[in-house]
Amino acid sequence: MLLAYTTSELTSIFTMQGFAGLSLFSVLLLMALGLAIIFGQMGVINMAHGEFMAAGAYTVYLCSTLTAKFAPSFQPYYFLFAIVAAFLVSGSLGLLVEWGLIRFLYKRPLDTLLATWGLSLIMQQAFRSTFGAREVTPTLPDWLMGSFKPTASIDIPINGVFVMGLTLFITAAVLFFTFKTRSGLHMRATVQNRMMSGAVGINTKVVDRLTFAIGCGIAGVAGAAFTTIGSTGPDSGSRYIVDTFLVVVFGGAASLLGTVTSAFGIAQTQSISEFFLQGTMGKVATLLAIVIILMIRPQGLFASKVRRA
Amino acid sequence: MKTLRPALRLVTSLLFALLISGLPNIALVASESFPTAKVNTTGLAVTDTEVTVGQLHSATGTMAISETGSIQAEQLAIEQINAMGGVLGRKIKIIVEDGASDWPTFAEKAKKLLVNDKVAAVMGCWTSASRKAVLPVFEKENGMLYYPTFYEGLEQSKNVIYTGQEATQQIIAGLDWIAKEKKAKTFYLIGSDYIWPRTSNKIARKHIENVLKGTVVGEEYYALGHTQFGSLINKIKLKKPDVIYAIVVGGSNVSFYKQLKAAGITSDKQTLLTISVTEDEVLGIGGENLVGFYSAMKYFQSLDNPNNKKFVEAFKAKYGAKSVIGDVTQAAYLGPWLWKMSVEKAGSFDIDKVAAASPDIEFKEAPEGYVKLHANHHLWSKLRIGQWAADGQAKVLYESGLIEPDPFPKGYQ
Repeated sequence: MLLAYTTSELTSIFTMQGFAGLSLFSVLLLMALGLAIIFGQMGVINMAHGEFMAAGAYTVYLCSTLTAKFAPSFQPYYFLFAIVAAFLVSGSLGLLVEWGLIRFLYKRPLDTLLATWGLSLIMQQAFRSTFGAREVTPTLPDWLMGSFKPTASIDIPINGVFVMGLTLFITAAVLFFTFKTRSGLHMRATVQNRMMSGAVGINTKVVDRLTFAIGCGIAGVAGAAFTTIGSTGPDSGSRYIVDTFLVVVFGGAASLLGTVTSAFGIAQTQSISEFFLQGTMGKVATLLAIVIILMIRPQGLFASKVRRA
Repeated sequence: MKTLRPALRLVTSLLFALLISGLPNIALVASESFPTAKVNTTGLAVTDTEVTVGQLHSATGTMAISETGSIQAEQLAIEQINAMGGVLGRKIKIIVEDGASDWPTFAEKAKKLLVNDKVAAVMGCWTSASRKAVLPVFEKENGMLYYPTFYEGLEQSKNVIYTGQEATQQIIAGLDWIAKEKKAKTFYLIGSDYIWPRTSNKIARKHIENVLKGTVVGEEYYALGHTQFGSLINKIKLKKPDVIYAIVVGGSNVSFYKQLKAAGITSDKQTLLTISVTEDEVLGIGGENLVGFYSAMKYFQSLDNPNNKKFVEAFKAKYGAKSVIGDVTQAAYLGPWLWKMSVEKAGSFDIDKVAAASPDIEFKEAPEGYVKLHANHHLWSKLRIGQWAADGQAKVLYESGLIEPDPFPKGYQ
């Protein structure tokens, strides 16, 4: 299918295709980061993770509506603040959920699955009752839309670049937090050996709460970022949750590096196979590859070398 | 009463009788000219003053986004019919059931409405999947369904009235228009991956290849809820079709159009025709992402005729000035009216008689303009091409004549 085109056409298509792959990679990674912390580090199967993303997205929508109503001149800048707001809203929701629900279930992982699934249904209905069943889209600032044109035939979507930048920033922040800060150290210690951490004076309850809240907050940021790509509805969260778990499980649950690698692998496979095959078949090819690899390596790409209690 | 003398008693009862007959009691009159025993021989929920109909849509779940408009329109129509005195002098009472975007639930609730509630008609369903799920129930229990959505055709039932377009009514005239207007020869077909887009694109492909003598340069499908169209957009850029023919539905729609815009594919450089975007979808997509693209529908909110002005006004008065009305919402509004006229023509609520009376029912007050029911239980309707503007409304550029419904088109399968 490629023989009929000139070299310059092919160059621009491959540039844009490469970008499409990278853009999908950053979307997947952003979705998975929060879960990588909650599921990967804490071992909590949070089925409501998608709804925390939706909460972030709705926060942006709310900010957009409020800005349009009270401070229209602020419109070009509100989005950056909305992202921070999304982090805070989803984060505090997470804090509340950990306090009210999750902390009773740490020793019963399968019950967590059921409880968080119930929570996701409750949250979906709450969104539906508050914002209506219709999908909503916040008004985005003009600088986020449109495309960047390095040459006449190449269009790089600016919202894609933005999501990529945001992903890079969040990933760096998460890595920094986990490996370079004292709280991160506490978190890793608690994950590795809860009793021992308690014995050396780490307040594991506070660590759990904080970790869960941060994971949820990152989900909120992801949701906020996705308003630049798609719409937000009460059940948007359930659209994301499958891909999110896919990335985390495929990467090897306990490894952040694994999450990054797996997001990259899945994104590239999918975007390349979608280009050469058809839409649905591309997805089939990707899932097939994942299934085969997981059959060979059930622990995911990067197995944690930590001995688990 | 014991203290009253017989004469006095007579006077009071006479006065009472006078009072009652003096009241404008339509129900009493109606049940005289249409006694319940006569208009309802099969045990439906019809009394001297009331007739019960069911409403079966998704108020929750994925499809709630789309079905809310239909629910509202049907309730508006029923309210208006009741204000006019009801059907055969009986007020319509609605039993609302929630299909919850789950097809087995639809079938179960349909059975409940027909068997337990004995409703005289059901306004309901939206997706083809939900209609397929309830169809055997309606045929077995002999119910009457008024189905509002434009759909893929290939179906016809005594127990269903299809108030939306079947595929050929929506596709063929639209493709003819775009081929003539834009001298289009090459088409890229895109759809969400389920029965309606696939069947519709099949018809479109046959028409493009056999009648318009054009070429289909690509045809592909993406799962419902897909949000990443980067690779597809690059393929479109590579193949440079004259027309993108899009049948993307649900949340994917928003991502699709936003990403097209972000990739620089806008209406000044690219013609796009869709049969899956109505005012309802535009609300989510955002008019600014669609400016200049075309939709082929039978109804647009901006239609300029007195019926539609009245309808839009009444709808906004009931559901708020910000509410929008899409093609299916209007089609849903027709359901209760068509049912009322069929019942009145038949002089009976009996399902068999209503079904038999349905062909050739004309509804001149329809917001979309004159419609007529065909013997195959679909509607004769027009096709219109609307061009979207940033405010989320369409400018109607073209209007066909009345198109005959043909749910089993020859040469298109």
